[in-house]
Amino acid sequence: MKANQARLDIAVGAFLLLAFATLMALAVASTNGRHNLSVEQVQLSARFSNIGELRIRAPVKIGGVTVGEVATVELDRESYEALVRIKVDSTVAIPADSSIGIYTAGLLGDRYLGISPGGDPESLKDGDEILFTQSAVVLEQLISKFLFNGQDDKEADQTPKSETEQK
Amino acid sequence: MSQVVSCQPNCEGQPALAFDNVRIDRGGQTILDRVSFTVPKGAVVAVLGPSGAGKSTLMHAITGELCPAAGSITIFGQPIDYSNMGLMSLRCGIGVLLQGSGLLSDLTVAENIALPLRVHTALDAALIGRLVDLKLNAVGLRSARDLYPRELSGGMARRVAFARALALDPPLMLYDEPLTGLDPIATGVIVELIDNLNRIMGMTSIVITHHVKESLKIADQVLVIANGGIAFSGTPAALAASTDPLLRQFLDGKADGPIAFDAGRRPTVEETA
Amino acid sequence: MRAFLVAIGETGWFLLTILRASGPRRDFLPDLLAQIYSVAVRSLPIIAVGGAFVGLVLTLQGYRTLASYGATNSVSTMLGLALYRELGPVLTALLFIGRAGSSMAAELGLMKATDQIASLSLMAIDPIAKTVVPRFWAAVIGMPLLCGFFCAFAILAGYLEAVYALGLDAGFFWAGLQNSVDLYDDFVVAFVKSAVFGLLGALMATHTGFNAEPTIEGTSVATTHAVVNGSLLVLVFNFILSALFFKS
Repeated sequence: MKANQARLDIAVGAFLLLAFATLMALAVASTNGRHNLSVEQVQLSARFSNIGELRIRAPVKIGGVTVGEVATVELDRESYEALVRIKVDSTVAIPADSSIGIYTAGLLGDRYLGISPGGDPESLKDGDEILFTQSAVVLEQLISKFLFNGQDDKEADQTPKSETEQK
Repeated sequence: MSQVVSCQPNCEGQPALAFDNVRIDRGGQTILDRVSFTVPKGAVVAVLGPSGAGKSTLMHAITGELCPAAGSITIFGQPIDYSNMGLMSLRCGIGVLLQGSGLLSDLTVAENIALPLRVHTALDAALIGRLVDLKLNAVGLRSARDLYPRELSGGMARRVAFARALALDPPLMLYDEPLTGLDPIATGVIVELIDNLNRIMGMTSIVITHHVKESLKIADQVLVIANGGIAFSGTPAALAASTDPLLRQFLDGKADGPIAFDAGRRPTVEETA
Repeated sequence: MRAFLVAIGETGWFLLTILRASGPRRDFLPDLLAQIYSVAVRSLPIIAVGGAFVGLVLTLQGYRTLASYGATNSVSTMLGLALYRELGPVLTALLFIGRAGSSMAAELGLMKATDQIASLSLMAIDPIAKTVVPRFWAAVIGMPLLCGFFCAFAILAGYLEAVYALGLDAGFFWAGLQNSVDLYDDFVVAFVKSAVFGLLGALMATHTGFNAEPTIEGTSVATTHAVVNGSLLVLVFNFILSALFFKS
């Protein structure tokens, strides 16, 4: 009876340990391991005229390395700009004249924010706003640009010809 | 949450059990009516009667599982308190031996007997172990200490359940069909245990059974329940000498009589008190 | 319809009773450990085997379909997301309910039929606290852990098949997983779902078992209901939870 009890305790203990080890291994090996628990973060903000499909929790990267994420997205009711608040790892010093833009991961992938650092010796502090922003490139606008540009080129080609012909 | 519940009621000069004009209904039907009797302390009472007469209902009323629709039940002078706490302390003071023995199948014999001690007392494991040995000794099963219930014979399982019912030294013991399904030797063992332990431990015992001969041997008082009430209340000698046709049919084991062989016929029976 | 509402009410009430009876007790931990063994540890083989084969077939089918888009390197992404978001919690729950849910219901029904529940309450021991509560919490604790094992075996089996049988690159396999499976939105949510499924399965199993008719027939009816109702509840709540969690 006591031996049975001991065997049971060992089996349950081994099971629990193995289970936790498995969970840890899975978390490390098969997920993006994104955890903000141990990292101190500062909050920054930026305004964009169009954020495209940028979502909350989208990554913020510098040079392709993730240093933070998007916390909230709001509409400024007066200027009709999108106000995006981000949380960034506080150990990264971001120069005050850095610019931030909305990029696409892959050809048709998710949107993310990329910060291009400037040269200012002063860094942005908690609550500061990044002033230089570049809005998202929206596919339809890109296509219509090509369409209209094509038309303009044709007209531009025709006018000088007629001028030279006349001469 | 585990409290030491008072299990030894203050019972000077009170009868162990008193029913006063009790009526018990179940599912809209009256099972027992105008039930009145008293059981003095230290007595062994045999509760007899045909199947389905209401003997188990009587037991459920004593343990507080059924609330009487009329009348009052007092145990050692105290009326039954039907609140959760009240029922808990009531049941701590009543040892019950059920027909199916009801031993927990995933515990050993010793763990089964220790269970009420572990839950209701703050005694340490060593002391509980000694008490368990004591109870097992009383029913003559020291050797079965580490067996599981599935390894026991029917008679042994019942004796273990007996030891478990004795674990908290209850002043009142209820036995629901303790002799059913046992061979003659095992029957004799149980009967002797009921009688001896009742005397040694100063308990009061109520034995609900079909086994007329064996129970009358040890009973001080007999109750016969038939036709929704008490058909007889008195000493075994008075019962044996009774001329009431219903009682005679029951005692002699006759197939036909006031209780019809063909259940459709309705006989008339008078109650004798 | 009315019977359905009454059944829901009764089950909800039973859940409250279980929670209320879960207070500290002298034997709570030993009982709980014994039930974790009986309910979770002994389910491990079926979960492991099930997980491995689900991983194998997902990888196989995923490879076939993705090959026609030339996107076979996304097999691991598909495997990871499908497992963590839906198949891991749901399949683990269904396997668990089939094995452990039925055994819980059967044990409780048998205890009812052999007067064990009655003698507990006659010994002034709360039968729910003694028999139902340890089983319930063992299932709630054990289910997420078993889901972890299921996913681990599935991913491992998928990896072995993808790399050694289908010729995909091991680096791409793990990178695909790590890039697409979010720690909180997918991984943690999977285990939250598992815990909820464990609660539902345990609730149905213990409820049907504890309230079974004290006969042999009653026990078998209880076991059937435990598995059927538990499985259905899991599927319904899976949809509800997915709708809640995966809003964007």
